[in-house]
Amino acid sequence: MHEMGIAEQLVQIAMDAIPKDMDDPRVKILNLRIGKLASVVEHSLTFCFEIITKDTPLENVRLVIESVPVKIHCKSCHKEWETDSPMFKCPDCKEGEVEMISGREIEITSMELADD
Amino acid sequence: MEINIRKRVLEKNETDADQNRAFFKEKNVFVLNMMSSPGSGKTETLCKTLVHLMPDIRVGVIVGDVCTTNDADRLSVTRAKVTQINTDQFGGDCHLAAHLIDASARQLGCDDLDLLIVENIGNLVCPAEFDIGEDARAVVLSVTEGEDKPLKYPLMFQVADIAILNKVDLLPYLEFDAALAVDNMKKVHPGMPVFEISAKTEQGFGPWLEWLRQRVKEKTAR
Repeated sequence: MHEMGIAEQLVQIAMDAIPKDMDDPRVKILNLRIGKLASVVEHSLTFCFEIITKDTPLENVRLVIESVPVKIHCKSCHKEWETDSPMFKCPDCKEGEVEMISGREIEITSMELADD
Repeated sequence: MEINIRKRVLEKNETDADQNRAFFKEKNVFVLNMMSSPGSGKTETLCKTLVHLMPDIRVGVIVGDVCTTNDADRLSVTRAKVTQINTDQFGGDCHLAAHLIDASARQLGCDDLDLLIVENIGNLVCPAEFDIGEDARAVVLSVTEGEDKPLKYPLMFQVADIAILNKVDLLPYLEFDAALAVDNMKKVHPGMPVFEISAKTEQGFGPWLEWLRQRVKEKTAR
């Protein structure tokens, strides 16, 4: 829903990471990690990128998105498991308080610049 | 050429939220972030709640809305200190970010407050992502919505510390299964306290007020 804001932040982080001494830098690939519960719609994010990167070193950048699974930890019995459904009840002890240990990520891991 | 970056997008917001937390700690004020879909009855719940809490507990409210000051106007009759954030001027945002709370909290002044309630923008998706430096998060669901809302918006119900099921006075007229709704909340967030209330009739207000009073007491006693 707030993909435009996220895209703006990602572009800012990428721009800051481009070496200052580079002549006409062009970013080819942006490697991202996005959690399955991060409420980011990939299609919307790509669309926002196309709009805001026009006439910048990131124009036509390809977003390579690693989808991070939702991983839950039970604070009572310390079981850890991955889930594809929003049922976060501990399958072992049933009653334990749980915490999400992954699945909410929105981060840049690296980017690839054109060599020429 | 590959350049390693490893940066989180919400890092800036998290830093801002930590600064807010430090500010609220210094001011000894308990901060509750109230979130829900539009129309769940957050404002009415607050209006009635504030009447019970004040003047023993000194309350301030930051109201977030995309447009209008209607909610702030309704709350101002409670005599709580109220300030409004219209995200419209910031681009029609769907949530309140930590830096907006910082500006509003300072504008409101927290020296004479025990409790600061942030009435977030009606939206079950984005506000769940943004830490604002609060002490606790409450999600409000009303019985005129679907029982499966917690399963449709799991992040919101997972990050909430408590849930309020509002408008229970309407249950006799609806096919809403309250037990199923509560069960769905607990599937997403086992052990989360759920208060079943009616902001209109104040049914079930006791436990909710008690929870809030207790949490304010714990924070302000420090």
